[in-house]
Amino acid sequence: MLRYTLKRLISLVLSLAVASLVIFAVIEIAPGDPALFMLGVNAQPDTLAALRTELGLDASKPDRYLAWVGGMLQGDFGTSYTYRTPVAGMIADRLWVSLPLTIYALVISILLAFPAGIYAASRRGKMGDAAMMGTTQLGVAIPNFWFAMMLVLVFAVNLRWFNAGGFPGWDKGVWTGLHALTLPAIALALPQASILARVMRSALLDVLGEDFMRTARAKGLSRGQALWRHGLRNALIPVLTIIGLQVSFLLAGAIIIEQVFYLPGLGRLIFQSINSRDLIVVESVVMLLVFVVITVNFLVDLAYALVDPRLRTRT
Amino acid sequence: MSLLEIKGLNLSIAGKPILRDVDLTVAKGEIVAVTGESGSGKSITAFSIMQLLPEGAEISGAIQLDGTELTTLPETRLCALRGARIGMVFQEPMSALNPVKTIGDQVAETILIHGAMPKDQARAQAHEMLDRVGLPPDQFSPTRFPHELSGGQRQRVVIAMAIALRPDLLIADEPTTALDVTTQAQILDLLKGLVAEFDMGLLMITHDLAVVSDMADRIVVMRAGEVVETGPTRQLFARMRHPYTRMLFEASRHSVDLPEKHSSEPLLSVQNVVRAYRLPRTKLFAPAEYHRAVDRVSFTLRKGERLGLVGESGCGKSTLTRAILGLEPVQGGQILLNGASVYTERGADLAVRRGMQVVFQDPFGSFNPRHRVARLITEPYHLLEKSPSGAARADAVAEALRAVGLSPDDAGKYIHEFSGGQRQRIAIARALIIKPDLILFDEAVSALDVSVRARILDLVAELCESHDLSYLFISHDLSVVRTITDRVLVMRAGRIVEEGETEQVFSHPTHPYTRALIAAAPVLPDIDTQHRSHPHV
Repeated sequence: MLRYTLKRLISLVLSLAVASLVIFAVIEIAPGDPALFMLGVNAQPDTLAALRTELGLDASKPDRYLAWVGGMLQGDFGTSYTYRTPVAGMIADRLWVSLPLTIYALVISILLAFPAGIYAASRRGKMGDAAMMGTTQLGVAIPNFWFAMMLVLVFAVNLRWFNAGGFPGWDKGVWTGLHALTLPAIALALPQASILARVMRSALLDVLGEDFMRTARAKGLSRGQALWRHGLRNALIPVLTIIGLQVSFLLAGAIIIEQVFYLPGLGRLIFQSINSRDLIVVESVVMLLVFVVITVNFLVDLAYALVDPRLRTRT
Repeated sequence: MSLLEIKGLNLSIAGKPILRDVDLTVAKGEIVAVTGESGSGKSITAFSIMQLLPEGAEISGAIQLDGTELTTLPETRLCALRGARIGMVFQEPMSALNPVKTIGDQVAETILIHGAMPKDQARAQAHEMLDRVGLPPDQFSPTRFPHELSGGQRQRVVIAMAIALRPDLLIADEPTTALDVTTQAQILDLLKGLVAEFDMGLLMITHDLAVVSDMADRIVVMRAGEVVETGPTRQLFARMRHPYTRMLFEASRHSVDLPEKHSSEPLLSVQNVVRAYRLPRTKLFAPAEYHRAVDRVSFTLRKGERLGLVGESGCGKSTLTRAILGLEPVQGGQILLNGASVYTERGADLAVRRGMQVVFQDPFGSFNPRHRVARLITEPYHLLEKSPSGAARADAVAEALRAVGLSPDDAGKYIHEFSGGQRQRIAIARALIIKPDLILFDEAVSALDVSVRARILDLVAELCESHDLSYLFISHDLSVVRTITDRVLVMRAGRIVEEGETEQVFSHPTHPYTRALIAAAPVLPDIDTQHRSHPHV
């Protein structure tokens, strides 16, 4: 298990190093001079040069890469070209919205998907299964911005249970914050839960066909007991994989939902900085997302090994 | 009264009749074997007793355990019965255990689920049972996971689970079919011992008549969902009233007459071949360790010779086969076909490779289901520099199909339209089509029913006559190798331990391992000597 963990950890560090190089290179190739963009097309050449020096744009590429990576390792993400404030602070502010939203949506997604998937699998081919699969099909098909607008219409405009958008900040209390994130989290969770429920169902059905499930029944376990004791854990591997993918998607893929609910999240930040050629912010946010994706994958790998003892001994 | 009494059992799945009027009894301490070919309904009979039937199964008739009618028992009472009063052992020890739970927990679960005793006592009982089946906890820790055990050891765990609560009836569905002969002998001994010790009834399902004759007190022969003959073992073998029983018996000991071939010209020459795998590192800076799956193996196969290669699983026979076919690099020695090396510096030499074809074990998995037969059997043509096309190609396909006893019309069909035996014929046609010098049969008849196997062996013998075949016949089945080869190699742990004329090796084995193998193989009863042309294993 220790060897397995170490191996995954080394691969995590290497992936991050490669990713940082790629991100840096891609942003370098991207057209548009941030200094020119900030000053406008009529800028004087000497003002432009001064700004470029100030932003550190005239240093050599390897130096800039090293400065960028070195800074990040110390928590210094540089200074935004447009806002002239530390990028780290900007990201942290947004993360305080995006991260809770992601976790909130994920929890809802799992709470919906697990029972739905298990129920559908245990009633395979019957009415309950068909109804559940129909519902999840719909959940996958409905565009989430439309679903988000429907939520706003029903629960904010008509019933007035929630605000239609905006985020008051956590200093108004945890409850108020969560309350404001509830509709967006539901809107984000629905398609994810539908996908997860379908994966859960098919993983369980695969396991139900295994010989050891028959062995369990021959021991005297009821259908339900066999499913809980022997089926679920074996079905978890594909489910964990999907959950891992969903975390990364939820964190950065919420741009549309953030727009609908007017939330100051990471998605909006990245959208705005691309528009204003604030490359240092784009670089840093992308790097952060890569970091999250790779870390989540690492955690999923560890979870695999916890679930399946065969992976612990494999190298 | 019998322990288990099945009377007039009928079963249909989705309206299709599977079992018809099956009668069967098992008494306490009695071993009853149900035998027959695939599709005879023997396994489904076992699952009817457990009442673990597929969806849509309709059942009528009576199944009584100690006077309790099982077919009408509610599910909760059936759950209380399964595992406690009826235990079951399955065919596939590799997949019958839950991979994510320890073996100790899985055995203890049988006890706990029936609430027979508190947890610590159940654990102790589980350890005792593991000990009883030959897995003493001090050597095989109950905290091991199934993947850390061999096939035979896993089957012992499955047996421990089945007998943990000392059931009245044990059902064993092909318990040794997936195991090597020596392991099979041990498991059969274990089952026999348990029946005597616990005074259980044992209902054993097996297709292998030789196993049946060694084990059973009584035999039930089934065909197509019906019991065709039943009786005490010795009596049944002596009389064999039903023609199907006789056919099964004859097919099980089927022997063929190979045409005489004498040539001293070497065809395949394997010299000091080593195939080593790197083992996963256990220490960071220690030099890598290697496992020699094939360890300095040398032999020669002469033109027209039919050579056998026998050994148990893991002995390296499959690795050696792949090396000969040029599918895996070797780390030492050389393999020559007609004097030319199979390997060049850049992998297998296609010019040499086209002299060899192979027939694999699994007639279901070794064909692409989306190709028609004509395309499947002309696949080896890609080895040729100029492959025939048009009419020549169609003629070659027709000829190959005719040679294996199929019709040229079959060329346009898909593989799912054929039975297992027919598929194996198609596999042989595929091997024949480029007229190779050497064919490798890799467990080519192991997955077939005895009657089908007999016909495929006949076909191979005919092809020896008509096509001058030379082949290497790899198998774990000694009786098949005995009849279908001239010379045999016995392989163990990567080495050839004995080699000689087949008949000589089988009747006077010199190496202790060969002797152990032959001793462990179950034997058909010797009921008549006059019809026999060859003695049998």
